[in-house]
Amino acid sequence: MSRRLQPVAAILLVAALIGVPLWLVVATAGKSRAEAVDPNLSPPGQWHLFDNLRQVWTEADVPAAFFGSLLIVVPTVAGVLILGSMAAWILARRTSRLTAALYALGISGIILPPAVVTVVLLLRQLGLAGTALGMIGVYLGIYLSTVIFFVTGFVRTIPAALEEAARIDGAGPVDVFRRIVLPLLRPVLATATILICLYVWNDVFYAFFVVGGRLDTLPLNLFRVASAGLYLNNWHLIFAYVILMSLPLIVVFAVAQRKIISGITGGAVK
Amino acid sequence: MTTALGTLTKARALPVAAPGTITRRTHPLWFLLPAYAILLIFFVLPTVYQFAYAFTDWSGFKASINPVGVDNFVQLASDGTLFRALRITVVYAVLVAIFQNLFGFGLAVLLERDTVINRIARTFLMLPVLMSALAVGYIFQALLKHTGALADTTWTIVVVSLIHAWKWMGLAMLIYLAGLKTVPEDVVEAARIDGASPWRAFWAVRVPLLAPAITFNVATALLGSMNGFDVVQATTGGGPARTTELLNIFIYRTFGQGLFAQATTMSLVLFLLVALLAFPVIVLLRRREEIL
Repeated sequence: MSRRLQPVAAILLVAALIGVPLWLVVATAGKSRAEAVDPNLSPPGQWHLFDNLRQVWTEADVPAAFFGSLLIVVPTVAGVLILGSMAAWILARRTSRLTAALYALGISGIILPPAVVTVVLLLRQLGLAGTALGMIGVYLGIYLSTVIFFVTGFVRTIPAALEEAARIDGAGPVDVFRRIVLPLLRPVLATATILICLYVWNDVFYAFFVVGGRLDTLPLNLFRVASAGLYLNNWHLIFAYVILMSLPLIVVFAVAQRKIISGITGGAVK
Repeated sequence: MTTALGTLTKARALPVAAPGTITRRTHPLWFLLPAYAILLIFFVLPTVYQFAYAFTDWSGFKASINPVGVDNFVQLASDGTLFRALRITVVYAVLVAIFQNLFGFGLAVLLERDTVINRIARTFLMLPVLMSALAVGYIFQALLKHTGALADTTWTIVVVSLIHAWKWMGLAMLIYLAGLKTVPEDVVEAARIDGASPWRAFWAVRVPLLAPAITFNVATALLGSMNGFDVVQATTGGGPARTTELLNIFIYRTFGQGLFAQATTMSLVLFLLVALLAFPVIVLLRRREEIL
């Protein structure tokens, strides 16, 4: 494509592909109820964006759902990164038939769908049904595969000589892992963090089965607000909620953008 | 002197002679324990349960759970639900894989150069990736409400797969961009000097080297959308006339009705479908990578 046409094409395409849906969200979230009943692309006669955000914040229990989401996302991400890299380190450094089989089992979860119905039964038997702990366990079970896959590949690119130096100085495996390996994993862990955050923060499907009705998370709450709201035609509140819920991730992404993008692209394609 | 040297080499040779010992001490297997305990309890065990509870009458309406043989399968097959949901899920996954890769590839080619405008454009294209799929579904429900695009029993499945592809096209674009960057500049230069047109240099030199990116993008789009739920639930809820009812939407609805055994049966069917499809897809794509 010619160099003069390309910028025009890029701007027009992004405006159509992203600008239109984004404008719909902001404009609808800024409308009064009467104006928003039939959602369209016209601008609001008068902006009620902050009124609507405030209404959603108080009436839809956003603080409770926000707390519920944090309560689940933070331990899940910490757990999946630490336990996943511990396992990945060993799987990358030891080459035996046993570790090869364990690796295959470990990454199978990337492809195979989790058993959402019977996990509910299992959690009941463990006394974890409807609890944050049960939800965290289920997410760990689902996303450990992703971390093991990414980190094992990454460890193989780190020269083993770096670990040897510490071992000669008398460091045990725990020290070597904590002081040498873990810091070296920083780039791949940054990528894994954002990916898992993205999946868990936005998940509604697994949350519905495990904690639906007992504990509120932002997506579960949006689902409930929208299910009731579509019936009542409260589009202005639905999109105000969408803005509130998307903002934290967008802020995180904006801050860590360059590192995240290089991490994702560097890790996925060899 | 020789004996001293002898003991020295012997001492050094010891770990080599017993290859297990050094790794056992420096990379102990117990590091695997916590991760694999969790995988076993929360991933493997429920999956094994599926193979048992799909053959029972487990429901929300009575306390006991009794074996009923293949009744659940027979019922789902005879009322047409099983094959319809299977067909819809496969069609959806294939369409998503096609659209997502076409969009991602096209955007990567268009926005390849590192100009300011292109960088801003790429950032905007990541917004749908960050948003919840549920929110994306509501946005398109609002956009398409009056067009009739979500009311057609034949074409709505295409529309929802386009929406799913729209949500993830930014990630596909990033991976294609990374693939394009790995092609060394001098290879393209050499092709130009040999008289290749820019068009031919692009298709004959650069695109074949994208094979690993294609493998990753097609496999994740295909297998990921098999597990789809949010986008379709939020746009159509499985309608019109259940023509967009993916396996996961059926599982969600049936579970909500208290028919746990039926939901388990469908979940097992989804598991088997993905397992069956995953291996040929990955082998095929890997082999294609080697040829090119």
